[in-house]
Amino acid sequence: MNLFSDPRWSEAVAHLPDYLGNHVRVSVTALALGLAVSLPLAIIARNRAVLRGALLGLASIVQTVPGLALLALFYPLLLALAALSLSWFGFGFSAFGFLPAVLALALYSMLPVLRNTITGLQGVDAAILEAAQGVGMTPQQSLFTVELPLALPVMMAGIRTAAVWVIGTATLSTPIGQTSLGNYIFAGLQTQNWVFVLFGCLAAAVLALAVDQLLALIENGLRNRSRIRAAIGGVGIAALVAATLVPTMSRSASSYIVGAKTFTEQYVLSALIAQRLQAAGLSASSREGLGSNVIFDALVSGDIDVYVDYSGTLWANQFHHSDIKPREVLLAELKATLARQNITLLGELGFENAYALVMPRRRAEQLGIRSIADLASRAPSMSIAADYEFFSRPEWAGIKQAYGLPFRTQRQMQPDFMYAAVASGEVDVIAGYTSDGLIAKYDLVVLEDPRHAIPPYDAIMLIAPKRASDSVLREALQPLLGRINIAAMREANLRAAGGDGASSPDAVARWLWDKIGKR
Amino acid sequence: MPAPPLIGYTHVGKTFDGGRDAARVVAVDDVSLDVAEGEFLAIVGGSGSGKTTLLRLANRLIEADGGSITVEGEDVRNVDPILLRRRIGYVFQSGGLFPHISVAGNIGVTPKLLGWPAAEVATRVDELLDLVRLDGAQYRDRLPHELSGGQRQRVGVARALAAKPRIVLMDEPFGALDPLTRDALGDDFRDLHRKLGLTTVMITHDMTEAILLADRVAVMRGGKLLAQGTPAELTGSSDAYVGELLRTPRRQAERLGALLPRDGAA
Repeated sequence: MNLFSDPRWSEAVAHLPDYLGNHVRVSVTALALGLAVSLPLAIIARNRAVLRGALLGLASIVQTVPGLALLALFYPLLLALAALSLSWFGFGFSAFGFLPAVLALALYSMLPVLRNTITGLQGVDAAILEAAQGVGMTPQQSLFTVELPLALPVMMAGIRTAAVWVIGTATLSTPIGQTSLGNYIFAGLQTQNWVFVLFGCLAAAVLALAVDQLLALIENGLRNRSRIRAAIGGVGIAALVAATLVPTMSRSASSYIVGAKTFTEQYVLSALIAQRLQAAGLSASSREGLGSNVIFDALVSGDIDVYVDYSGTLWANQFHHSDIKPREVLLAELKATLARQNITLLGELGFENAYALVMPRRRAEQLGIRSIADLASRAPSMSIAADYEFFSRPEWAGIKQAYGLPFRTQRQMQPDFMYAAVASGEVDVIAGYTSDGLIAKYDLVVLEDPRHAIPPYDAIMLIAPKRASDSVLREALQPLLGRINIAAMREANLRAAGGDGASSPDAVARWLWDKIGKR
Repeated sequence: MPAPPLIGYTHVGKTFDGGRDAARVVAVDDVSLDVAEGEFLAIVGGSGSGKTTLLRLANRLIEADGGSITVEGEDVRNVDPILLRRRIGYVFQSGGLFPHISVAGNIGVTPKLLGWPAAEVATRVDELLDLVRLDGAQYRDRLPHELSGGQRQRVGVARALAAKPRIVLMDEPFGALDPLTRDALGDDFRDLHRKLGLTTVMITHDMTEAILLADRVAVMRGGKLLAQGTPAELTGSSDAYVGELLRTPRRQAERLGALLPRDGAA
C-alpha cells in the first residue's frame, strides 16, 4: 500500500488546526512567561555571585527532571492550590490542561535563558562599561542602551534553545489534559497508528524550526538595525498565534467534552460517545490520552463532561478500598459514593475490562495451570510482565496476599507489546486486560481467580456534576448501556490495533455501533 | 594666582583592596594639584603610578577615600556623579566607542542623555565631525569597526566635546596610534583646546608627548606626585626619576638632530 494514500493521513490533517493551535498557544504562553521571569532574574543576578549560583543550580535541577514527570507533578500541586484558593478566597481555578502545562513548560524554558543572559551580560567588555559610565549614563541607561544590545546575540541563542525545548516538551502535556501535537503521538502509540506518531513528530519538528527561524529573523533585524527584518519576524510570530485562535473562536462554547485514558479501548469508546452525541445533534469533542488519576479529577471539576471508567479501578484507586465485594454490591456502593460528589453513574456498558493473569493456552495446558492458585508453586521459576502501573496498584497487593506468587522477575512494559512478549515466551505470565482483542489473537488463556482477589471491572459511564440534570445528554448515551458485550469489545480493540486505514478509533467506533446498534 | 582653579585636588588619597590575599594597594597618596582654567596639564607616569586613578577621581568614576576634590569650585562629593560626568568630556584609551552604535550615535550620546532635541543633536554631530576633520556624509552612519584607529579616536574626541564641556579628561588618548596619526591628532587636539578655551587634563606615559602638547606637566610615581610645572621648571627638579624622564626626550632630540639633516627630504 502506498504510504501516502493511507486514509489516516487525511484524518491526521483534519485534527491539525485543533492540535497545532493548542500546541502553539501553550508553547508561546509558556515561553513568554519563562522570559518574563528569567530575563529580570538574570539581570538582577548578573553581578551577584551567590544569587547567580543559586539560580543556575536550581534551573539545572529542574532541567534534570524528565519532562513528563515535571508536567505530571504540576497537576496535583495546582489541584491542591485550587482547593486552597477555593476554601480561602472563595474561588477555584482549573488545575487541568492549560495552566499546569504552561507553568511546567515555563520552568523548563528558564535554564537556557538564564544562563545565556548572564553569560552574555558578563561578556560585555569592561572598557565599554566604563565608557558608558564615563559619558554620564545611569546604570539603567547603560543596561538598556549598551549592555543588553551587546549581549543580544548570546541571549537570543538561549531564547531560541528554550523555544525549541518548549515546543518539543509540550507534546508531553497531553496526559495532563492539554491538547497538543502530543495527542497524535500518544494516540498513535496506543493504537499502533504509526502514521499518527510520525505526523505528530513531524508537525512538532516543523513548528520548532519555524519558530526558531522567526526568532533568528528578529535577532538578525535587531543586530543589523533593520527594523523591517525584526518586524517581519515579530509579525510572523504574532500571525502564528493569531491563526491558532481562529479555530477556537469558531468552536461553540457549549460543546461536550468526552475524556479518554491512555489505551486503545478508551480511544474507541470516547469516539463512540462523541459520535452518539453528534448523532443527537450535540456538538462534541474528545480529550484523549489523559492519565488515569487526572481524568477523574477532570470530571469532578467539569473540565470533561463524560467518560468511561471501570468499577474496580475507582473502587481500589480512587476510593482506596482494599476489600473486594461482589459485583452488584460494589456497583451499588460506588454509585452511592459517586452521587455524594454529584457524579452520575449512568450505567454499565455491558462488559468488564478486568486485570487478569494471562498466559499462552498451550503452555498452561502442558503445565496443568488453570487458575492463579495453580500458578503459585511454579512462580519462583517464572517471570511476569505488566503495564507501568499494575505492580503499584492495590490489585497486585491483593493477588499477592491471596496467592503468594513469588515470581523470579517482574518487568514493566508498554501494554501493546506485552501480549506478543508472552506469546513468544519472553515472559511467562502477563497481567493483561480481559477485553483485549490480543488475547484471542495470540491464543492466550485468562487464568481463573478462585479466591476473588481481583475486583470486578465493569465498564461504567460517568457524567460530570455540571451535567447532572442534562436529560438530552442522558438520552443520547442511553443506547450504549448494556449493549457492548465482551466479544464485541475484544473485536473492536483488535481492529483498533490493526495498524491500517480502517483501524482509527473513529472507524472502529462506527463499526462497533453498526454491530451493537442492530441488536 | 587670582582665579580659583577649575580642578583642585587637596591632600587626596585612594587605597584599593588588593584582592583575596594581597595587601591593600595605595593608588593615590596625599596628592595636592591645581588645574587652572584654560590650562593643558599632562600627568606623566609609568603603569601603576596612580595617574589613571587620579584622573578618574575628578569625575567620580572612582571615589576618593581622603582629601577633597573640587570641580568648577564645587566639592565633587556634593554633586550628582551622573550630572558631573555629563558636563566633563572624557576621552578613553583607544576610543571606548560603543561598537553597536553608529558614529553619529556615539558622538551624540551625552547631548541625548541631557535631553537635547534630536534636531539640535544632529546639527551638533555634524559640527563636531567637521571640527575633528571627518567628512560627515561619509562617516556619520558607519559603525566603529568600519573606521581606522585614528578615525576612531577622532570620534572619541568629538564625543567628549559634544555637550560643550569646559573640562576634558583624556586617558592615554593617543597611545595606541601609529606615530604619524598620533602626531597629527595631538596637534589637532592642541588647536581645539586653544580655540574652544578648554581646560584639559591628559594622562600619558610618554614625556615627549607631554612636553610637546601640555602647558604644564605633573609627574607621578607610586601614587605620589613627584613634581609639577612647565617643562622648563621641571628641569630644575632635584628628583632623580623626574630627571631620568626628561633625559629621554632630550637625548632623542639631539640624536634626531644629528641624524636627520634639516634640508633633507624628510
